[in-house]
Amino acid sequence: MIRTEGLTKRYGALTAVDAVSFTVKPGEVLGFLGPNGAGKTTTMRMLAGFVNPSSGQASICGHDVDADSLAARACLGYLPEGAPAYGEMTVGEFLAFVADLRRLRGAARARIEAVIERLQLQGVLGQTIETLSKGFRRRVGLAQAIMHDPPVLILDEPTDGLDPNQKHEVRSLINELAGDKTVIISTHILEEVDAVCTRAIIIARGRIVADDTPQGLAARAASGRLDDVFRTITA
Amino acid sequence: MRNIGIIMRRELASYFATPLAYIFLLIFLVLVNLFTFYLGEFFERGQADLNPFFSYHPWLFLFLIPAVSMRLWADERRSGSIELLMTLPVTLWQAVLGKFLAAWAFTTLALVLTFPIWISVNYLGSPDNGAILAAYVGSMLLAAGFLSIGSLASALTRNPVVAFIVGIAACFVFLVAGFPLVLDAFRGWAPQPVVDAVASLGFLTHYEAISKGVIDIRDLIYFVLLTTWFLMATAVVLDVRKSE
Repeated sequence: MIRTEGLTKRYGALTAVDAVSFTVKPGEVLGFLGPNGAGKTTTMRMLAGFVNPSSGQASICGHDVDADSLAARACLGYLPEGAPAYGEMTVGEFLAFVADLRRLRGAARARIEAVIERLQLQGVLGQTIETLSKGFRRRVGLAQAIMHDPPVLILDEPTDGLDPNQKHEVRSLINELAGDKTVIISTHILEEVDAVCTRAIIIARGRIVADDTPQGLAARAASGRLDDVFRTITA
Repeated sequence: MRNIGIIMRRELASYFATPLAYIFLLIFLVLVNLFTFYLGEFFERGQADLNPFFSYHPWLFLFLIPAVSMRLWADERRSGSIELLMTLPVTLWQAVLGKFLAAWAFTTLALVLTFPIWISVNYLGSPDNGAILAAYVGSMLLAAGFLSIGSLASALTRNPVVAFIVGIAACFVFLVAGFPLVLDAFRGWAPQPVVDAVASLGFLTHYEAISKGVIDIRDLIYFVLLTTWFLMATAVVLDVRKSE
C-alpha cells in the first residue's frame, strides 16, 4: 500500500512536484507516465525516502516515509533511476552487501539464488559491476530491489536501455511478481503500460493530469491510441 | 551497530579494489622513512626514541589523509550509489560512521606497517616503549581528526579532486591554528580569551604532548570532540544535499 497526500517538492522558485495525492493498493501495478522533467523521479525519490518533501505526506505500508523512514524502507524494493551500484564490486559481493543490510538469512537468503537465476545473473556473479553491459546492470539493480520479497516495489524506468528481448523478460518478471504486491513503475514507453500496468497516472509539470486504467486513457483519444492521449494532455 | 560494520567492511574492501590503496601505503612508508632518517637525523641524534618519526606525522598527514577521505562521499554522489545506500534500511549516522571507520582502519594499517622503525630503535637501544605506544595512539587520533574534516569536505562536493584540495586547506587551518603566524593575526584586536581559544583549537598543541608520550585526558577529549563535530557536520550536509 502506497499513499501520498499533497506531496510537494520545491527547489527554490521551481515546484518540481505540486500537491500530488494518490493511493496504490496491493495488487495494483501503477504506471507513472509523463514527459522528462515532469516530476516522476522526484516523486519516486520522495517515496523511497531519498528526497525530503517540502510539504505533504507519503507512507509505505502505513509507515510515514519521513517520521518512520527505516520501517518504510524495510518494506520497499527500490530501483533508482539508472540503476546505480558500486562499480568496483562484483555482482556477487554487491548482492551479498545488500542482503546483509536487509538482514536476509536462512530461507530468505536462499531466495537470492532464485532471484539470481530468474534474472540470469549466474554467469556474471564474479564480474565487477563497472564491466557489465547496461542490460546486466539494470538486472543487478532489479535483483537488489526484489531480493527481500518486499510488499511494495518502486521501479524507476526498469526497462530503460534494454534490448527488446530483455524488455520482454523484465515485463514478464514484473507481471509474475505483481500478485498481491503494490507496484509503481515509471516509463517512457507507452506500450509498456498496456503490457504490465493495471492503472496509469500521467504527470506533467509536477501535477497529476490523468489517473485511469490504460484502456480508459486510450479511450480518451479518437484514435484510441495511448500516444495521442499522452501528447494531448501533456503538451 | 551491525550496519556500521557491514558498511565499514564494504568501504574498506573498496580501498583495495584499485591500486590506489597500495600506492598510498607505499608513498606513506617511503616518505615517513625519508623524513625520519634524513630530515629527522634519526641516527645522528644518537637517541633511542622515535621523536623524529612522530614529529613529521602532522605534515605527512596533511597531504595524505585528505587523499584517503576524498572519495568517501564524493564518489557516492558522482556515481549515484548514494541513492541506493540512503534508501536501504540504514540510518545516515550508520553510513557516516561506517565509512569514517573504514578510512580510519586504513590509516591505522598504514601506521602499523611502520613497525620496522620501532624494531630498529629497539635493536639499537632501549627506548621507552610505553611512550612510543602513546605516540602511536596520538597519531591515530590526529588521523581521526584529519579524516573527519576530509569526510566533511567529501560530502560537500561530487568531485574527489575538489574534496582533496578543500580537505588539505581545511586541515592546514587546523594544523597551524596554534602557530604565532595565525595567533598574531588575532592578537592585534581580539581579547586574550579568543586568542587562547584559537590556539587551543590547533592540532599541533594537542598532538605534541601525546607524541612525546604524555597522554593528557584534555587532549583526548579534544580529538574526540573535534572528530565527532566534523562527523555530525558531515551528516547534516548529507541530509540536506544528498539528492543534489
